[in-house]
Amino acid sequence: METIQSQRHLSKPKILFKLFLSMLYISSCTFGGGFVIVTFMKRKFVDELGWLEENEMLDLIALSQSSPGAIAVNASILVGYRVAGFAGMLVSVIGTIIPPLVIISVISYFYKAFAANRYVALVLKGMQAGVAAVILDVTCDLGSKVIKLRRPYCIVLMAASFIAVFFFNVNVIYIIIVAAAAGVAVELIGRRKGACR
Amino acid sequence: MIYFKLFLSFLQVGLFSIGGGYAAIPLIQNQAVQLNGWLTMSEFTDLVTIAEMTPGPIAVNSATFVGIRIAGIPGALAATFGCIFPSCLIVSLLYWIYYRYKTVSVLQNVLLSLRPAVVALIASAGLSILQLVLFQGKAISVDNADWLGAGIFLAAFIVLRKFKVNPIIVMLCCGGVQLAASLLSF
Repeated sequence: METIQSQRHLSKPKILFKLFLSMLYISSCTFGGGFVIVTFMKRKFVDELGWLEENEMLDLIALSQSSPGAIAVNASILVGYRVAGFAGMLVSVIGTIIPPLVIISVISYFYKAFAANRYVALVLKGMQAGVAAVILDVTCDLGSKVIKLRRPYCIVLMAASFIAVFFFNVNVIYIIIVAAAAGVAVELIGRRKGACR
Repeated sequence: MIYFKLFLSFLQVGLFSIGGGYAAIPLIQNQAVQLNGWLTMSEFTDLVTIAEMTPGPIAVNSATFVGIRIAGIPGALAATFGCIFPSCLIVSLLYWIYYRYKTVSVLQNVLLSLRPAVVALIASAGLSILQLVLFQGKAISVDNADWLGAGIFLAAFIVLRKFKVNPIIVMLCCGGVQLAASLLSF
């Protein structure tokens, strides 16, 4: 289990600092649920820094989705471990929770005024449109790669999962379980074919 | 001791909320309102609103909010730590399993199937937010459409697709444009 830091012979303090700042930045600027933050993590760690591969990032997202707790925290634990081991995990989690800790602590003293403020509401509304654009931009990148795999079953799985979640509000956990089961089935079928030969 | 109590309560929230933010809300309500009486129901409703308006996971935001109101900054730290502690243990274990057995054929097929599902989940999250932007939770029809929101979305999407602009900057600009456009039209 080599970390990115040891693979690339980068100095540990430097990479920990970079990891911490990245998480701090992503966590303080991403509004909305867990999938918003993992989208920004993908942009930062896969596209910008090139520390993780795209498939690896998708695997880490699936793992963070299937364990208890906040998706953002889970994803930052996984990315932190991958980048710089245990120290990376600590630094990454601390970077992720400092912004909400500070912001909520401050807001808790005047939260009624904040929640009722018209300007705050307008800025947040505009940012929501931006968040939708960012997520769908990443979706286009990832989705086109799944299609390029040219494995019909992957495309069917993607379409079926989307319909189940978006139109029928199926619990995400069931999607993960069914997709994992489909993977096991593919393995078993592959083995049987192998045995026939 | 109140710190330990906060820690334990949010430990349960962290341990039993599988599937992110919205799964955590009923658990937080149960701990903070029903079991411990730390918040009234109307304070809890405010809390959910604030948690959605500010960055960060809902569970972490709630832990901080409840902790600071009950026992100040140390309370906020105790509650937040409780909330992320189960994740740290369980996710660390999963990480170890993932990198140890990633090359095993069964796990490779499982991961190959999980990736398209994850892409679908991300797509669904994005489209749900877009739907909220365009129709504000009202019925989907041309009459209810928010054209300003639609314009901002489209502009941001094109900028992101064509040029690799930093997404956080794009998002902040969208907030600015909405504020400016709304103020000018009043």
